Amino acid sequence: MAMLLDRRCFLALGSAVLAGSRLARAEAGTVHVAIEKLVFIPAEIEVKAGQTIEWTNRDPFAHTATVKGRWEVMIPPGKTATKVAEQSDSVEYYCRFHPNMKGRITVLS
Amino acid sequence: MRSHLIAALGAACLLLAAPLANAQDKPTDPQIAHIAYSAGLIDIEAAKLALTKTETKAVTEFAQSMQKDHEAVNEQALALVKKLNVTPEDNATSQALAKAAEEKRAELAKLDGAAFDKAYIDNEVAYHKQVNAALETLLIPSAQNAELKGLLETGLKLFQGHQQHAEHVAAELK
Repeated sequence: MAMLLDRRCFLALGSAVLAGSRLARAEAGTVHVAIEKLVFIPAEIEVKAGQTIEWTNRDPFAHTATVKGRWEVMIPPGKTATKVAEQSDSVEYYCRFHPNMKGRITVLS
Repeated sequence: MRSHLIAALGAACLLLAAPLANAQDKPTDPQIAHIAYSAGLIDIEAAKLALTKTETKAVTEFAQSMQKDHEAVNEQALALVKKLNVTPEDNATSQALAKAAEEKRAELAKLDGAAFDKAYIDNEVAYHKQVNAALETLLIPSAQNAELKGLLETGLKLFQGHQQHAEHVAAELK
């Protein structure tokens, strides 16, 4: 019994450490944008080149983050999608399916 | 009140508003739910027809998006009326909408190729404009229940997006 408890403690500790490190990495590397009721929240973000932008679509509708002629990220309903920001990504983007949804990315040097 | 209503009706499409002017001042929540749901169904049917007709990628993608979005919003509407214990009520506006849509579908069904694409997309621009005007000037202001009003407001934003999407596809077809 004592051994079982020890093992549980060890496992719990191990997963806590893992979760902690994952969170820290997320804070350092990922900028989050939620999509709710056809709005990018926040609409304007600042990132550093190499950081990941993650869109979380809370709508039952498919959305995109589109920069015409450059890139497009598909964000299915209820899902997340990511893009790594490049130095040239100071842009305005929109949803191709609902062009009244607009956002802006500023890449900090 | 009367002049206010006439102004609202003038701004909204005549097709949607005229039967209401004859019937009563403004629609009730069960009627609004029925009108909104019917308007969605009409666009789903139009999208299904387009998917059997078009061979243009931008039009296919647009029609798929219309079908999925309107199905999703109608599911939300059904869930809401169930939760609120409201039974959608058929009315003159829903019937006028259905009749006009049936005529439009028959007209579109006779077309093919580029002629179909253009007629379908032009009608989608016009249809969403009409529905959005009706939502803004009549349906949203008339809705009594806050959750129904909220869903209609999200619907308006969604359909305004559809109108712009249709306008972009129309520009691509030229």
